[in-house]
This record gives sequence, structure tokens and C-alpha cells, in this order.
Amino acid sequence: MLPVPTSHSPALGPGCAGPSLAYASASTRSDIAPPSAQQPCCGSEPFMVDPSAAAGLGLRRHTDTPYVTGTSVLGITYKDGVMLAADTLGSYGSTKRYKSFERLAKVNDATVLGAGGELSDFQYIQTLLDELATEDYCADDGMQLTPREVYAYLSRVLYNRRNKFDPLWNSLVVGGLEGGVPFLGTVGMIGVHYTDKHIATGFGQMLARPLFRERHRPDMSEEEATELLHDALRVCYYRDKQTTNKFQIAKVTAEGVSVSEAFALETQWGYQAFVNPAANALGTW
Amino acid sequence: MSGIGTGYDLSTSTFSPDGRVFQTDYAQKAVDNSGTVVGIVCNDGVVLGVEKPIVSKMLVEGSNRRAYAVDRHAGVAVAGVAADGRQIVNRAVQEAVSYKNLYGDAIPGRVLADRLASYVHLFSLYWYSRPYGTASLLAVYDDDGPQLYLIEPSGAGHRFFGTAVGKGRQAAKTEIERLKLHEISCEQGINEVAKILHSVHDEEKPFEMELAWICEASGREFKRVPAELAAAAERQAKAALADSDMED
Repeated sequence: MLPVPTSHSPALGPGCAGPSLAYASASTRSDIAPPSAQQPCCGSEPFMVDPSAAAGLGLRRHTDTPYVTGTSVLGITYKDGVMLAADTLGSYGSTKRYKSFERLAKVNDATVLGAGGELSDFQYIQTLLDELATEDYCADDGMQLTPREVYAYLSRVLYNRRNKFDPLWNSLVVGGLEGGVPFLGTVGMIGVHYTDKHIATGFGQMLARPLFRERHRPDMSEEEATELLHDALRVCYYRDKQTTNKFQIAKVTAEGVSVSEAFALETQWGYQAFVNPAANALGTW
Repeated sequence: MSGIGTGYDLSTSTFSPDGRVFQTDYAQKAVDNSGTVVGIVCNDGVVLGVEKPIVSKMLVEGSNRRAYAVDRHAGVAVAGVAADGRQIVNRAVQEAVSYKNLYGDAIPGRVLADRLASYVHLFSLYWYSRPYGTASLLAVYDDDGPQLYLIEPSGAGHRFFGTAVGKGRQAAKTEIERLKLHEISCEQGINEVAKILHSVHDEEKPFEMELAWICEASGREFKRVPAELAAAAERQAKAALADSDMED
């Protein structure tokens, strides 16, 4: 009796998908077609298109919607490097399900990553980066991925996965210091990526970005930058229901990477606009 | 060698009438002729030390590495044929990565030692392959604490408190047995290893010492011993050696 083929595709993870989803290589399965446009003869497995998805057979639906999600990530450059900020909430729909989920993670000595969107996908991305970092560690030549390389890698991974119609449902922010120059970039779930002096993902794009445009300068001091992020986070907390009042700030400076302990911000709910929210919004109640 | 000329030493797939596999014996000889490699388990970690003869005055310092990290929590020092050693190191890295992928956790020392031993053993099973001429000392610090394993060319794997392979192994083992390993820390351990490597090296030829450790001081990560500490250990070893020469 022949063993039932199961998925060992690194892109899907071991055992998490049935044969109809799995990419199994021609060497392990005789019923797999030889190299084609979807399935090239070179390149590693995560970068191949699942033949069943390409054929439109048995389309998967379980990646159509995210489940446990994080909201905005904010990032700004300043005099000494880069600062990222995010809250620590993992929402299950509208439920504040996980209240201490750290969405800012150190990648290496010069890079941090912040993530919104599906948090399990973020954890998967962390395992990918961790494997790369361990590889660098074993080489023991003092080299590690630069922030720009991490950014380029992630943009390829996310774009590749969206091409398989199986996106990693994340908005990522990569921050770091490269040769003393701050780097700040973002990658979206369909592979859109850009760098800027200040960045916000998701709702933060509407809520925090205007503040950044008004007040951000590349030569801000650490205090000014922290102040700006606090104000931006506070606005996000006021107006984005997926935010909790529990935040972290990550810094990359010449000294290295530090991710702060979680903290809360002073809030003020006595504003007239909050007391009577309908006053300035015609047609609402 | 009793095996030479009898026809039983041509293949790993044939036993000699008295129960030996001569090819693996010869592979062990390749190890026995190499520079000494010492490993000790201290009370807070593992120290590995390699004696590397300097083959040429023109050789760049620090070349021909013999101690490698295979994961954050594990590392290998190889004695014998350096090129064979790299194959074993590559395999160890692959095993560590695949274990992490499958189980989501760092590979335990005994599993890694087991898998490496099995890998090495494979090469002593078929007539068309040559056994590895390399013995590897594997240092791991996992949930079960610091551990030291030795994997021989025959595919045998042992766990040790302290051991040595290569030219000066006999003298080195005697020295290790004198140490109170459970009482010394890795900071003292590197001094002891340096002393042992210097004392068993009796030729006039110069040698370079490679020290690596995994302990609390290295953040439980397998690292080369920092240059200042290694230099201090070397100075101390030379001084101790000069002292004992004076006494003689």
C-alpha cells in the first residue's frame, strides 16, 4: 500500500493542508505534472504556484477573511533612527480577544518589524525571518540582513503569496538603521510596498498620517518623536474601535533595537465632540 | 596494521575474520593524527578548544575554522579531515533547521547527536562510500542543561563530561580527569582548556588556538570566545607552562 501523500510544502507548513491543496514535488508524487509555467523546474518550493489553485479546482475559502487581527502600526524616522508604535490588541472580529499581543518584533540588531492584520500570518512571517537570522548567525561572519533587505524579502514573500491567491493578510512596517541612515518602509498584503519618512498602516493612515504630515521632521529629537507618536496613538485610540489603551514603542538607534514595555496613555473624554458626537455630523443621530 | 594485505581493508562492507571493519579503523586514524580537540562540560556551560597547527607562515590568521555554530544553542568542533568536517557541520545545520520547522522548537542535544551519528554511520555501510575521517565534538545547551557529545567516524556517539580527540588526546584526557568539572565555570574552563592544549602540544611548530563556548556568559548561544578572553587564557596557559618547565 502506498502512503497517502501529505503536504510538506514549507509555504503551507507541515500537515496543515490536504493533498488537494498541497504542492508536492514531482519527485514524491508520480501524478504531478513535469515543470510548467506554474511549476518551474528551479526555485524553491514556497515560490511555486499550487497547481490546484492555478487550475481553479477546489478553491480554498479559508484565507478569504482574517480571524485574529491587529490594527494600525505607526512609524517615524527621527534624529537617531526609527521609532515604531502599535497597540497590543489581537481582535477577534470586534471582540478584544487578546490584550497583550506584541505586534512589534525585533528582527536583528538593526531591524524591527511591526505588523497589523492577521496575527497568525505575522507569527508565520516571524518564523521565516527567524530562520534567516539563524542562518546568518551560523555563518558567523558578522553580517546580517539589513533593514532594506528584510523589506525587499518581505515584499517578495507577500506579493508571491497573493499571486497564489493565498495572501498573508498583513500590513507590515519595517524600520531600521542602515549605515547610520534611518530606513522606514511598509509592505501590504498584496505586495504593495514603499518607503517614506513617516508611515502608518490601516486606519492609522487616516488618523495618524495627517498629524505626521503637520509635525514630523527628520531631525526630531527622541523626546519630540515620542511625543508625536503618543499624540498619534491617542487619536487612534479615540477614533479606532480596534485599538486598546495599551501600547508599545520600538526604537532602532545606533545602540541597537529596543522594544518598550507596554504602557497606557492619559486620555480625556470630556471634549464637546465626544459629549455630543452628533453635533457636527449632520444627518446622524 | 594487521589488516594490510589481507584483503579485508578495501571496503566498509566486509568484516575481517576477527570482527573489525578496517576502513573505519583507518578513518579513526585520520582523526588521531589531527590537531587536538578538547571539550569540557563546566557547571554553567560547555567549552570547546581546538589546536590548529599553522601550516604556513603566509596563512591568514583565523582561517581554516574548526568550530562552527549549527544553531543558536548548538555548535560543533571537528577533528580530522577538515573538509569532511564541513559536511558534518552542514548536515547538523540542516537537521537543526528541519527539526525547528517540524516541531517549532530548537533541536534537543541528544536528538541532534543521534541524528549526526546516524548520518556518519551511513558512510560505513556501503562498499562505494568512504567513512568520514572526522570526529565531532558537539556542544549543546538546551532545556536539559549543557551537554557534550562525541561522534566518531564509525557512527558511534557518546555523551561526555569531558573528552579529547586528536594527537594529544591521551594526555589531554588525563588532564581533564584531574579537573573538578562541576566546580568550575566556563570562565575558568577556557583557561583550563587553553592550558591543556598548550601542554599536550610538544612540538616546536606554532599553533593557533580556537576557543568556543556556550554558557550564561555567551547568552546561551554558541559563540567563539571573545578575543580578549581567549588572549588572556592563552597568556595564562603559556605562563603556567613556563612555570612547570622551571620546576622540571
